[in-house]
Amino acid sequence: MTEHQLPDYRTLPADVAERMDQIRQREYVLEIDHVGKVFAQKRHQTVALEDIEFGVHRREFVCVVGPSGCGKSTLIRILAGLEETTTGRILVDGKPVNGPGPDRGMVFQKYTLFPWLDVCRNVMFGIEMGGTERAEARRQAMQWLQVVGLEQFAASFPHQLSGGMQQRVAIARALAARPRVLLMDESFSALDAQTRLKMQNYLMEIWRKIDITIVFITHDLDEAIYLADRILVLKPRPGRVEEVIEVPLSRPRRAAQMMSDEFLATKAHLEGLIRSFGGNTEETDEGADDFTMPLLTLVTDKAE
Amino acid sequence: MQGLAASWRLYGRTDGVSRGVFGVLAVLLPLLAWSAVSYLPFVWHPQVLITDPGGEDYLESGMRMNRADFSRAVTEMQAKNEPVPQGIAANPVYLPSPGEVLTAFVHAFTSSAPTGAEHSITQAFGHSIQIIFWGFLISSLIGVPLGVMCGALPGLARLVEPSVDFFRYLPAPAFGALAVAILGIYDAPKIAIIVIGTLFQQILVIANTTRKLDFALIEASRTLGAKGLKLLFRVVIPGILPDIYRDQRILLGWAWTYLIVAELIGTSSGITWFITQQARYQHFDNVYAAMAIIGIAGLGTDMVLGLLGRRFFAWKREIDG
Repeated sequence: MTEHQLPDYRTLPADVAERMDQIRQREYVLEIDHVGKVFAQKRHQTVALEDIEFGVHRREFVCVVGPSGCGKSTLIRILAGLEETTTGRILVDGKPVNGPGPDRGMVFQKYTLFPWLDVCRNVMFGIEMGGTERAEARRQAMQWLQVVGLEQFAASFPHQLSGGMQQRVAIARALAARPRVLLMDESFSALDAQTRLKMQNYLMEIWRKIDITIVFITHDLDEAIYLADRILVLKPRPGRVEEVIEVPLSRPRRAAQMMSDEFLATKAHLEGLIRSFGGNTEETDEGADDFTMPLLTLVTDKAE
Repeated sequence: MQGLAASWRLYGRTDGVSRGVFGVLAVLLPLLAWSAVSYLPFVWHPQVLITDPGGEDYLESGMRMNRADFSRAVTEMQAKNEPVPQGIAANPVYLPSPGEVLTAFVHAFTSSAPTGAEHSITQAFGHSIQIIFWGFLISSLIGVPLGVMCGALPGLARLVEPSVDFFRYLPAPAFGALAVAILGIYDAPKIAIIVIGTLFQQILVIANTTRKLDFALIEASRTLGAKGLKLLFRVVIPGILPDIYRDQRILLGWAWTYLIVAELIGTSSGITWFITQQARYQHFDNVYAAMAIIGIAGLGTDMVLGLLGRRFFAWKREIDG
């Protein structure tokens, strides 16, 4: 890749630029209004997030990346209402929200399907919480299962499904409650690489078909670039918005685009950014880059 | 055969056949040991059962004495040229043979009931079961809801659990005299003892179980719009139900241990009274038969409850592996 110069990640191809213009004209569905979060422990305080200011447009796909400890999980938990803000507020459709609610659906990293309910009843859960009666909820749930392609597993139980299928049901369950925003907290990180790519394509297919806005947290840069319209890069200690990147890839996205110059340029830039924060990405958490392995000849007796 | 070998490796995997073999042996081996001690005179039989006292005036037929004492009596009589006492090797009175116990056991179910209350094993046992049933039911009606609420509501837990923890350490028998003074001498104080013995443990155990519910499930259901009673009845309770069921099975066992105390206060009654009474008359075959009935009933209910539990909560077993 050294032979030819990568393009600037900031130059958007014409179709992408047009699309970003369209998105920008749409109203905000989700606004993060000067949000700060301080965790108070005994005697010392940790500033997890400081003055986050960001708006997500309707039907936009936003990914949030950052090194570990940048507070991206805290951010999405605040968005979901599972964590309270210390300062600032969250607005959905212009109205401030307090606590969790069905307007913000969430797909977790862990598998969180209710193990005592079959797949269909899992998907029905959010619909029934909204006050819909059971027969109608079942009908709607079956439609959502069709959307994720799992209607033949309606009567199965979660433990009988693979991890990828469970996350698909979780997506259907979250969407069935008719949220304005779908929050995804590293939802695919427990899956193997092939399943993850499949799930990413699934997610984009669903997102294209319905009116949903997605905020997706990930530490996988490839995943962020592949999925997002815009990428929010957080800087650690304290968590702050470092940069908002408009992804220069046209839609619909295909896996082949992962080898394109625009993709590589964006990735190179992101990697540079994250390295500049201290090189402490989640992948290298366990040891610094300059870690040298001691010579093992004494124990193996097999050195050349 | 591979399974049999693997059964003796640490964390080895057994197969169905060897599990069955071990299951049968688990019952058979103790029975065989008991039979050997009872029917093979050379194994133990430390005493002699006198059949004919001969010339020794302090002996009576039907009496048991140590072998050494018996042989001394025999030599004495031989020296005096008087009739020699006769006897057969026997076990002490407290160890009846399996056959005798089985006879007593069968007799308990076949004989027409003797007059008076609780003179047969079955009557006594029936009374005990009533005490346990009411005690455990009352305890559960209070303990399970209160435990779940303590587990789910931190405020309530802080309010209730310290005093529950205090009462839990007071031995239930200590309440015996108090219970009789307040509730009279018949069944009420007995039921109260079972309740006191079970309830406080139950509240704490159930509260802990409730707290152990996977918090991610609570969060997930909150993002789906569940809160308040809906959260409690649609998520918390179904999620902890298998564990509560398991707790209740264990707690039911504890309730049985308080039965002994409960039945000795006020007017003695039930299986405990029967056992102490029979032991006083040295009818140890009846004592063992009564114990066998308790054990079999306990094991039986637990096995049935276990089977039902596996049926009701299939999902739980598959997750836990």
